[in-house]
Amino acid sequence: MNESQRVLSTVLRPRADHDRREKIIRAVLLLFSAVSIFTTLGIIAVLLQETILFFREVSIVEFFTETRWTPLFASKKFGVLPLVNGTVLVAAGAMFIALPLGLLAAIYLSEYASDRARKLLKPALEVLAGVPTVVYGYFALTFVTPLLQKIWPQTQAFNALSASIVMGFMILPLVASLSEDAMSAVPQSLRQAAYALGATRLEVTLRTVVPAALSGISAAFILAISRAIGETMIVAIAAGQQPKLTLNPLQSIETMTAYIVQVSLGDTPQQSIAYKTIFAVGMLLFVMTLVMNLISNWMTRRYREVYE
Amino acid sequence: MNGLFANENGRFSPRLSLRLRYGRLFQLLSLAAVTLGLIVLSVLILDIILDGYKWLRPEFFSQFPSRFPEKSGLRSALQGSLWMISLTALMAFPIGVGAAIYLEEYASDNWLTRFIEINIANLAGVPSIIYGLLGLGLFVRGLELGRSVLAGSMTMALLVLPILIVSGREAIRAVPQSLRHASLALGATKWQTIQNHVLPYAMPGILTGTILAMSRAIGETAPLITIGALTYIRFDLKGPLDLFTVLPIQIFNWVSLPKAEFQQLAAAGIIVLLAVLLSLNALAIVLRNKLQIRW
Repeated sequence: MNESQRVLSTVLRPRADHDRREKIIRAVLLLFSAVSIFTTLGIIAVLLQETILFFREVSIVEFFTETRWTPLFASKKFGVLPLVNGTVLVAAGAMFIALPLGLLAAIYLSEYASDRARKLLKPALEVLAGVPTVVYGYFALTFVTPLLQKIWPQTQAFNALSASIVMGFMILPLVASLSEDAMSAVPQSLRQAAYALGATRLEVTLRTVVPAALSGISAAFILAISRAIGETMIVAIAAGQQPKLTLNPLQSIETMTAYIVQVSLGDTPQQSIAYKTIFAVGMLLFVMTLVMNLISNWMTRRYREVYE
Repeated sequence: MNGLFANENGRFSPRLSLRLRYGRLFQLLSLAAVTLGLIVLSVLILDIILDGYKWLRPEFFSQFPSRFPEKSGLRSALQGSLWMISLTALMAFPIGVGAAIYLEEYASDNWLTRFIEINIANLAGVPSIIYGLLGLGLFVRGLELGRSVLAGSMTMALLVLPILIVSGREAIRAVPQSLRHASLALGATKWQTIQNHVLPYAMPGILTGTILAMSRAIGETAPLITIGALTYIRFDLKGPLDLFTVLPIQIFNWVSLPKAEFQQLAAAGIIVLLAVLLSLNALAIVLRNKLQIRW
């Protein structure tokens, strides 16, 4: 081996080592990315396994049509409708606050506020979204409910309305932030065209910007509903543990999430039917939120395609 | 014909002053929406401080929970939160950053990449209590870790992973392409480029995202209740397989007790929790402003 060959081989050999090392690193990083796939699969597998066991003992027809939910009592009834009723009641109430206020806040931030005001107000509003939900639960139970009882004396100590109101304000920043993103993505030329036709700022906002941003705003709304349905601690603390079919928000109800918390707090043996119910309820919750999230993602992608 | 644009004779008239007045009204209305949100936030914070400040004594931090409010404290909750957050960060940080690197630097635009991205987007929207059921089935029962702080941290790591990946990707994407080209042109391999040039510049952004993810984990309650974290722990936490409780669970426990004193203890616990979150967020803002390089 002459001198030049020797130099060449020491330069080239690490190259092969490097290649192997690079391949290993790439494979490890790919594995880390795949954790998200395993998580999804894990969720589906765990929920499905116990749900199948649950439906071996309870008919699926009873689950969706029976109007009583009493798995923890001596006379067991497995109708999920009262839990769905409670969930939808609270979520609908929250949306009465979060959607209009969130959209108005987004309009203010996107169309009216100066740059300085926006830089100050947006993070301030987002603090609302960063407050832990257990804190909101405390606030609903110890501040909002007594207030409601002064207005409507028949309000129960645990009630759907206080949870709704507080949840509405918790979700407001989510609606505001996502809707503002959608409105900011509307090209300036559309606004200028409307102004050129003699529209006022209000008319530009309501008849040009909002319609143009509609798919993004709808995506925000759907995500907000999904968030409200999956929210747990506020309802577990403030809305009660009485599954019933009612539209009266002043009464104590129980949501799907609050039921899972209720069972988890008790010491439920793994083989018992009560243990399996939380997975069946969880499965229903997972499917409901998954469908909404998929629709929301799809709509967000659509407005991005139109304007970016 | 729109009535807004007609005068009393039904003839066209721009009626600009009326339309502008509507505009000003609407502007006030939308400003009111923002203000209302901020008012609720202020009332919430004020209410909690007034309810709980009396209980913020040194004993409150050093005592275990107790049947007697005056003997109750956050000792086990603080220990549990500290353990949980450390273990969560230890597991979630390398996986989250690794996944972000893969998706930004390595992944080609194929079905696998798209599938991973859809998964991450959807996982970010899965209710946290579902993660609790996953942890219960997979870690507590499946791996037989029991109701340990390790099982709780693994659950929490999966929960915050989407946040970490998304913020990590943004930080990596912000590093200019020219830096990579320069490094590659000097003969560095892809990983050398990432390790020595991309990651150092992306690190402030990655750390900011990590802190935000951790503040989410500190405040989460529902998944830990589902995996069976206990509310009444009267011993020091010694290892990752010990039973545990955390701040929000201790608060939840006190909220659900009927005595008024326990409600005030809950408020005091909330003050501590909010103070921790506030300092974490302040740290994230400082990191972002001081360390981030603007290109």
